[in-house]
Amino acid sequence: MPQLNISQTGMLILVIGLLLGLPAHAATDAGSDKGLQIATEQKQRDTGWGDSESKVLMVLRDSSGNESIRRMRTLALEVIDDGDKSLIIFDEPRDVRGSAFLSHSHPTAEDDQWLYLPAINRTRRIASRNKSGPFMASEFAYEDMSSFELAKYQFRYLREEEVNGVICYVIERIPTDKFSGYSKTIAWVDKAHYRVQKIEFYDKKQSLLKTLLASDYKLYLDKYWRPLLLRMQNHQTGKSTDLVVEELQFNVGRSAADFDVNVLERLR
Amino acid sequence: MIQRWLQHILAYPRLVTALSLLFIVGSGFGIGNLYFRGDYRIFFTDDNPQLLAFEQMQQQFNKSDNILIAIAPADKQVFSAQTLSLVRQLTEAAWQTPYSIRVDSLSNYQHTEAIDDDLWVADLVGEDLGLTGPELNKIAQVALNEPVLVQRLVSGDGAVTAINITLQLPEHNLQQEVKEVWLAVSGMLDTFKASQPDTDFHVSGVVAMNYAFAYEAENDVKTLIPVMFAAILLMLAWLLRSVLASLATLVIIVVTVVSTLGLAGWAGLFLSTATVNVPTILMTLAVADSVHLIATMQFALRRGDSRLQAIQYSLKRNVMPVFITSATTAIGFLTLNFSEVPILRDLGNMTAVGVMLACLFSLVLLPALLLFLPISAGQRQHSVAGSADKTMLWLANMVIRRQQPLFWGMSVLIIGCSALISLNTINDEAVKYFSADTEFRQANDFLEQNLTGATTVDFVIAGNEASAVNQPEFLAVVAGFTEWLQRQPEVLHVNSITDTMKRLNKNMHQDDPAYYRLPDNQQQAAQYLLMYEMSLPFGLDLNNQLNLDKSATRLAVSLQNLGSKQLTAFESRALAYLAEHAGAYSASAASTALMFAHIGERNMASMLQTLPLALVLISLLLVFSLRSWRLGILSLIPNITPALVAFGLWGLLSGEINLALSVVAGMSLGIIVDDTVHFLSKYRAARVEGQATEQAIRYAFTTVGRALWITTVVLVTGFAVLMLSGFRLNSDMGMLTALVILVALIIDFLFLPACLLKFDAKEYKTDASA
Repeated sequence: MPQLNISQTGMLILVIGLLLGLPAHAATDAGSDKGLQIATEQKQRDTGWGDSESKVLMVLRDSSGNESIRRMRTLALEVIDDGDKSLIIFDEPRDVRGSAFLSHSHPTAEDDQWLYLPAINRTRRIASRNKSGPFMASEFAYEDMSSFELAKYQFRYLREEEVNGVICYVIERIPTDKFSGYSKTIAWVDKAHYRVQKIEFYDKKQSLLKTLLASDYKLYLDKYWRPLLLRMQNHQTGKSTDLVVEELQFNVGRSAADFDVNVLERLR
Repeated sequence: MIQRWLQHILAYPRLVTALSLLFIVGSGFGIGNLYFRGDYRIFFTDDNPQLLAFEQMQQQFNKSDNILIAIAPADKQVFSAQTLSLVRQLTEAAWQTPYSIRVDSLSNYQHTEAIDDDLWVADLVGEDLGLTGPELNKIAQVALNEPVLVQRLVSGDGAVTAINITLQLPEHNLQQEVKEVWLAVSGMLDTFKASQPDTDFHVSGVVAMNYAFAYEAENDVKTLIPVMFAAILLMLAWLLRSVLASLATLVIIVVTVVSTLGLAGWAGLFLSTATVNVPTILMTLAVADSVHLIATMQFALRRGDSRLQAIQYSLKRNVMPVFITSATTAIGFLTLNFSEVPILRDLGNMTAVGVMLACLFSLVLLPALLLFLPISAGQRQHSVAGSADKTMLWLANMVIRRQQPLFWGMSVLIIGCSALISLNTINDEAVKYFSADTEFRQANDFLEQNLTGATTVDFVIAGNEASAVNQPEFLAVVAGFTEWLQRQPEVLHVNSITDTMKRLNKNMHQDDPAYYRLPDNQQQAAQYLLMYEMSLPFGLDLNNQLNLDKSATRLAVSLQNLGSKQLTAFESRALAYLAEHAGAYSASAASTALMFAHIGERNMASMLQTLPLALVLISLLLVFSLRSWRLGILSLIPNITPALVAFGLWGLLSGEINLALSVVAGMSLGIIVDDTVHFLSKYRAARVEGQATEQAIRYAFTTVGRALWITTVVLVTGFAVLMLSGFRLNSDMGMLTALVILVALIIDFLFLPACLLKFDAKEYKTDASA
């Protein structure tokens, strides 16, 4: 079905293009080329940061404004030629303190994920089909938080637009993984620094589900921009989540050994 | 003064017609503002306590607006490769439903299992399964032993399964959204029906109910209004024997309906399941005014009067009765303002305004029209009048001759029927508002018989701090309540977080059945939940059972279809249990079924309080128009008793009093009082002229007997048309109102004269001395 639609739309554009004397078909190709080009540049500019450590506060809100708080520490390690590794240690709520979530992401294969539970002093592997599911009951899904990999999407450049006072490229991304919870996302990436300013998430029935706004960008190591506030608004349920980065350090000397499954049970 | 006013109308018929037209067109434009609302919320005021509790619950947890699709394979075996793959496909397709935020089914049920020391969380009927014999057996075994599923998404015998679609409607244009969802779901099912002819699908749920409300109302408009028109045409032909006179009456009816609906539109009212029948009711009520006026005019024409004289004669004789009867009818309908139900208030106000407009148009526009139209006198020989008057005289003589047996016999009959009132119970079940042959009701009945009850009640138990849900003592209370609920005879299914907790504890211990119990401490409970929540895919989270900071949990209970009395009794029993065993926590209950269960009783209480007020008002009006306290008080008998008798008979016929029936007494009072007014005013006129009681009764029978008989036929027919509605609020109301009106005529003819002979034998002061 979708293929049929694309070819029909393609034909239509071609016919209109011929009538108007415009190189329409070339333009759509250029759209995906340019989309990929921008995404590649975005990925390129974010390469080489090594490792980092941060403290994160999550504020969950329901539709009537009630709030609930989660706190966690995050360790991240950049892996060249594979997905990044991350370790999240929960501090709040108190009854899950010390629980740790380890993830080895992969650009195309399913991610490896483990959860360590201190109450039973055990580590359990978690199937990664849950990537569409909510992280800690927040409005962020796993897939919203995992590392940005080119192989995870098909890109298409749409237009230029101003958001948060900066001129952005507007890029459509279609997830390649069938376990993704989205039919597409649309990202606003600023022209000056290739920073994501805003992302719209569309669910499987093509309705707008959520909007992410990234702000308070700060420059680290003179090269890497990181947003210190991410605000995710769910348009269907009226709930929202703020993700506030309270501390962030790079080059903290972490290595692959710190992200091994076996370290989980030795964590404090 | 009235005389001069009449002269003006008849002197400037064109001007009067033009002014009327101006008014009709001006108000008629308001129809453009009318919109239709069919959701169940129109039955509740914004400050209704049950609605508030329900909305508060929905804000904390996911909404419970849903569509439930029952799937019944012909071989009564859900656990077959064919049906399970159908369920899987349908689940996938259901995610495409507009505004859906969650889809629950047998196939995407998140089954947890301990495999190699890992917690495995996956779809019960995964895409990668080949659905071979052993796999089917395993699926059946898991499903039929899972308390979350049995009697909710699969029947205990594995014959029927269901898919539940949770929806979050934005409520910008609810009507449109509900329709959109319904069309999407029926479109989806049509495709599946084509490929699965042996499988039955039944659609229920809150959104299906909202759609059914709207659909039945639309159906009422499509079927009842044409039937009503046909009935009125027939009656007019029979009564007036003149095409032009009938045409004039139709004009009055149409302009009354148009301007009433238009004014409602200007007033910002909307149409609903209750108010769509305002046109039908108005047609009934408006026809009487015109018939009286035209019939009198025809009488004068036959006598040899000129048309102008005939109209003048008719107006002179009818202005007061038409006004008084319209006013009392309007007062009756205005009592609906004391109802707890907003749409019944709208029904009352629209009808009251419409009745007064009908009165105005009959007295102003109709005479002008009659001047233009060469209306015939009607055929005398075949006219109903002559024979009827003889019949009436015979009836009067019979009533006078047998006054004693009639008085005592009727007294006994009235008291006997009134005693039957105790057979009635108040019952408001939204599902039963739909007659048994509607699609929605049939789907619900099917569900009730084969899967689970359509009645649900949600309980929220809230702890005192964040994460309270993980505390062992809190979980113990919830588990205790869950078990208590399961022991209740009316409970079919309980969806409780404690079942999930127990299962997770078992999974975390290599599926050892001995660990199918609550976790030992808060950390364990919290971390099992963390693990489980981290494993759930999009849309299948625990937000419908746990609130944001996990300080509260919601239990969803499915019950057998219960009457509203039993349902509120169940609610109080459950809340009493919680007060005793969960005193440390706060608990509340809410659901749409509970909202309806409470509204019936509250509505009845407020309507019963209003009745005396309406009675006093109307009786005062009678005292004023009859200019006699004694007759005013005597008139209470024929005004009160018809409702008593009719409700008694209703106890025999049905015995269920719903929202709409609790307003019938007040509403019909205004209508039946007309009979009394006409009868007693003629009677009094004769008495004042010096005639004895017997003679006065004969006079009353012969002068207005026929008119009363005719208007009763018209009114009973009109309200009987409502019985054709597929919506029981309307059909029951129509039937009971028709019954009250019929009983009123019988009492006016057979009992009122006997009472007059008994209690009003004293001589009157004649006109000369007054």
